Amino acid sequence: MSKKSFRQAINEALRQEMRRDPTVVLMGEDIAGGQGGTSGVEDAWGGVLGVTKGLYTEFGPERVLDTPISEAAYIGAAAGAAATGLRPVAELMFVDFIGSCLDQVLNQAAKFRYMFGGKARTPMVIRAMYGAGFNAAAQHSQSLYPLFTHIPGLKVVIPSSPYEAKGLLIEAIRDDDPVIFLENKVMYDEEEDVPDESYTIPFGEANITREGDDVTIVAIGRMVGMANEAADRLEKQGITCTVIDPRTTSPLDEQTILDCVAETGRLIVVDESSPRCNMACDISALVAEQAFHTLKAPIKRVVPPHTPVPFSTPLEKLYMPSAEKIEAAVKSVMSQTTREVA
Amino acid sequence: MSKTPIALTMPKFGLAMTEGKLASWTVQVGQAVKQGDELADIETSKITSGYESPAAGTLRKQIGQAGETLPVGALIGVLADADVSDADIEAFITQFQAEQAPQEGADEASARASGPQTVQVGDYSLNVQESGSGTGLPVLLIHGFGGDLSNWQLTQEPLAAHRRVISFDLPGHGASSKSVQDGSLTALAASVAELLKTLDIPKAHIVGHSLGGGVALSLLRDQPEKVASLTLIAPAGVGKTVNADFLSGFAEADRNRAMQTELEKLVHNKALIGRKMVDAVMRARRLDGARDALRTITAACFEQDKQKDALLPVLENAKVPVQVFWGQEDAILSVEAASSLPDHVATHLYPDVGHLPQMEKATEVNKLIESFLEKAEA
Repeated sequence: MSKKSFRQAINEALRQEMRRDPTVVLMGEDIAGGQGGTSGVEDAWGGVLGVTKGLYTEFGPERVLDTPISEAAYIGAAAGAAATGLRPVAELMFVDFIGSCLDQVLNQAAKFRYMFGGKARTPMVIRAMYGAGFNAAAQHSQSLYPLFTHIPGLKVVIPSSPYEAKGLLIEAIRDDDPVIFLENKVMYDEEEDVPDESYTIPFGEANITREGDDVTIVAIGRMVGMANEAADRLEKQGITCTVIDPRTTSPLDEQTILDCVAETGRLIVVDESSPRCNMACDISALVAEQAFHTLKAPIKRVVPPHTPVPFSTPLEKLYMPSAEKIEAAVKSVMSQTTREVA
Repeated sequence: MSKTPIALTMPKFGLAMTEGKLASWTVQVGQAVKQGDELADIETSKITSGYESPAAGTLRKQIGQAGETLPVGALIGVLADADVSDADIEAFITQFQAEQAPQEGADEASARASGPQTVQVGDYSLNVQESGSGTGLPVLLIHGFGGDLSNWQLTQEPLAAHRRVISFDLPGHGASSKSVQDGSLTALAASVAELLKTLDIPKAHIVGHSLGGGVALSLLRDQPEKVASLTLIAPAGVGKTVNADFLSGFAEADRNRAMQTELEKLVHNKALIGRKMVDAVMRARRLDGARDALRTITAACFEQDKQKDALLPVLENAKVPVQVFWGQEDAILSVEAASSLPDHVATHLYPDVGHLPQMEKATEVNKLIESFLEKAEA
């Protein structure tokens, strides 16, 4: 066990799975990095994220494939390779680029198992960066997990820390269905203790990171850290919160959310994706439908406005959810309590 | 009774603990208590445990507030006789906090420096926690099935005042390597003997819990020269049966909720099993090979609800002092087995205690082990 960054945790998961299983291959733009470049150094870069650094050197050009700038070609190739026996991990770089290859995911990879009567497996992983807060502007800052969550046949994973990232990525690689694995680009340098050994975290089990009596906060990805920070501050003011990290939006651990709301009677959902038809809507609907009788106050969503992500630093800050906004939302539902529940 | 005020400070449960949360006070200011009464609940990253009163007296002041997180050693309250004046209590607090202030940083640094280390023992790589030193013979603590060295978090430090105390993760467990050979008690005992050799310890007091008790008995049978005394806590190898549902449920649980249900079977007071303890156990269980190791051990040591090893003869022929602790509410290895123990074995049975007496009755068990070790060496 040692401290590892989010980036190192993902690199280690890829490396250990490639050592364990020769059918695991990587594909993506610049993932070998510097190969054939002017520096003369192979594997200088490890992709624009620096996540695959060192893998080309260890596993060679047959298993670490630099692809042309054609998402439709290599995401499609990954789906085909998965259906015919490999376990590809394709790096889409920015999740915003899904626009160029959505058919390969939406109509092909996600549908193979169903359309072939359960006889086809598609064990592929698409890794991509998501999220605002990096001044990457409107075309490189989106949080598109609701888009994938909407598609039956896909599994959608959004890790909230280095420990979570390693265990969930190994689970994703071993899974026999297409998995969308989304990494928040602001989190790559965050560090925590991560075991050196391989381990898996199952999909569809939420992680409870704080336990409290007053409010349940469900937060996704990077928002989990903000929710924990808000919960720590609120505890000093006498308000205790349960914080839930769903880990995967598909499958979604509905039971844990419903159980916690039944205990606290209040729900806040923190989601940095655009506010219409996002996870905050989905989880709010779940609770309104199945746990309305346990609610003491209206549900509140902490979400950005329905606009493209602004490039300007002050505007982007205003756009994003934050610990302060979560804290204010919790206080607001505490003051809005409309009824006592028996 | 206490004329001079007594400082109640944040306790240290286990070497890794640097701070704890005062979950709640169970005693109000002005209330009289006996020694050993529970004063407060303390929550750490791994366990929630009662804070027992170090003496009889009256709780005069609560300094830590419920919900507050404080470093180990920080003043949380003051105990004194009812007739000690409020002014004296205040003076005591001022003086204590003045003396305490500069040491905090140093304590934290030493706690970090002395975390568990990886030790290569033959083919095994074992996670080993050392503490203490002194003239007494060393103590080796062997945890049970599916456990790890943190099962001794309330035991190791208290025993380490006069001697070296070592806990470790058995092969297949915790942060140790996952191969367990054939998974038998004999193979595990051989790994323990190897560990003692590697640590340059010719002879030690052995304390074994549950499966670790069976390992300890196997060690006494195979290499008696290494064993100075034997303390067995709810040991395997003595009775005939085991809770087979627990063995498989505990090994296979793949969700925290399922694990919580299994862990609650271990104790009489279910409140001892907090979310963080469940999470720590699940983190170990998720490692590749961890479940396979437990399956191998289960197959080697048990035939459904029957124990394969009958080690009572080892106890009957033991040439070293032996004591046994057992909780009367043990739902894993029934306390009935204690009735067949030979007369020379000192037996301590506890009502309202489950399979973890070393955690559920930590203070009493620690005191009895301490005096047992001293007597064994005298």
